[in-house]
Amino acid sequence: MKSPILHFLKTIASSARDLAPIALVIAFFQIFILKQPIPNMDEMVIGSILVVVGLTFFVYGLEMGLFPIGETMAFAFARKGSVFWLLLFAFCLGFGTTVAEPALIAVSKKAARIAAQGGVIETTDAAIKQYAQGLKFTVALSVGIAAVIGVFRILKGWPIQWIFMGGYALVVGMTMIAPKEIIGIAYDSGGVTTSTITVPLMTALGIGLASSIKGRNPMLDGFGLIALASLTPIVFVMAYGMLY
Amino acid sequence: MGEIVKFFWTFLHTITDVLPIAGIIFGFQFFVIRKKIPNLKRVLTGFFYVIFGLALFLQGLEDALFPIGKLMAAQLTDPEFIRQSIFTPVAETVAQGAQAIEFHWSQYFWVYVFAFTIGFSTTIAEPSLLAVAIKANEVSAGSIGIWGLRIAVAIGVAFGIALGSWRIVTGLPLHWFIISGYIIVVIQTFFSPKLIIPLAYDSGGVTTSTVTVPIVAALGIGLAGKVPGRSELLDGFGLIAFASLFPIISVLAYAQLSEWYRKRKNETAQQNEA
Repeated sequence: MKSPILHFLKTIASSARDLAPIALVIAFFQIFILKQPIPNMDEMVIGSILVVVGLTFFVYGLEMGLFPIGETMAFAFARKGSVFWLLLFAFCLGFGTTVAEPALIAVSKKAARIAAQGGVIETTDAAIKQYAQGLKFTVALSVGIAAVIGVFRILKGWPIQWIFMGGYALVVGMTMIAPKEIIGIAYDSGGVTTSTITVPLMTALGIGLASSIKGRNPMLDGFGLIALASLTPIVFVMAYGMLY
Repeated sequence: MGEIVKFFWTFLHTITDVLPIAGIIFGFQFFVIRKKIPNLKRVLTGFFYVIFGLALFLQGLEDALFPIGKLMAAQLTDPEFIRQSIFTPVAETVAQGAQAIEFHWSQYFWVYVFAFTIGFSTTIAEPSLLAVAIKANEVSAGSIGIWGLRIAVAIGVAFGIALGSWRIVTGLPLHWFIISGYIIVVIQTFFSPKLIIPLAYDSGGVTTSTVTVPIVAALGIGLAGKVPGRSELLDGFGLIAFASLFPIISVLAYAQLSEWYRKRKNETAQQNEA
């Protein structure tokens, strides 16, 4: 029987080890390259302790809450056998987790300012806000659709690489004709949509589904939801830039 | 006192981020599945830990990492620093009638080193990558090591961000890089072990979240704002795209290398038997 205190200490130690490289990089550059003292040393130390403790709790909660709930729901849906409810759940999960994502809100505001500078929209606050809102919902919609396609793929057992390659062929084609200003934002929006809570949930859902459906391999079919959720935003944002 | 109040706000903020997700999960659980959640108490405690841990984590990042990360990005791209750095000016041309000094791209040497090392180290600390690595290890019955995957992904991100910084300095078009990157991925896909492909594709998306994005974005905007002829708004974007493309390549390469190594080992073993 492993003592819980020992386990906790071990997790704390591994969190500290995970963060050590960042501290080393910062110290090296600050001391040897920039040759400047590290500012606010005490705030840095307190902050680092918070990060280590926070990461430890996060990993604990992951194993206790997020992973089990994702998997039990996948099992329950598989047993229920209703494709409609499963796909609706996938859509809601994708849309709901993305629309509230802080990184996305920041990116869409910046994108709206670029559009205003480039003369695509008027430079009034109302026009900028409307553009940013539209972009945010476009990305959230695209992640919802990605989750639906991804879950459907798991049900059917289609290989991910064909969807992925087809998707990127579309991205390349659209890059040729999309307005120049939107391309950088579109590419970046693929990366920012997948947050720290979405990733474990989606992964658990995919693996849970793949392991509860006969003939599916969790390794081969369970992964891939995140990949799709980073692909569809690129397509949708470029389309948004072209249509607006 | 101020610290506690600040934490309270971060905590509230994290709750509002998680609320829609919790709403969807419990809504479907009660109205569609209509079954009791096994170990409900444990699951709820887990959710609490996730929110509490994430709030602490974000607060710590805001206090300690982001300010210094942003400060360093600004210092390293400062023309004054680049002029003084150990590399003697290669081609220092003063644009006619302008104040801006153009440096040769190689003079940004320390920027690339910083981009590489900070990309690597922030990826190792990324919680969502850790989550996926734990799952991959579990599902593959241990044949995919947690550290093996994390290091492969971190090397990909490091390389991607360093290359992306070089692109901002030289001003080459973003889509050339991204399109050639995807052509490499397509070619690798044909020669990779089938089982690794979905995980490799996923690792492109998981790398860029809480820790990496703010520091990398600061680096991109710092560079684009200081290199003459770049627009902060147009060229500041694109680093995240690099950071989500290159891990796919590095994870596929890692799988190919480890399979090649295993095959070679088997062959030598067979030869020894014969």
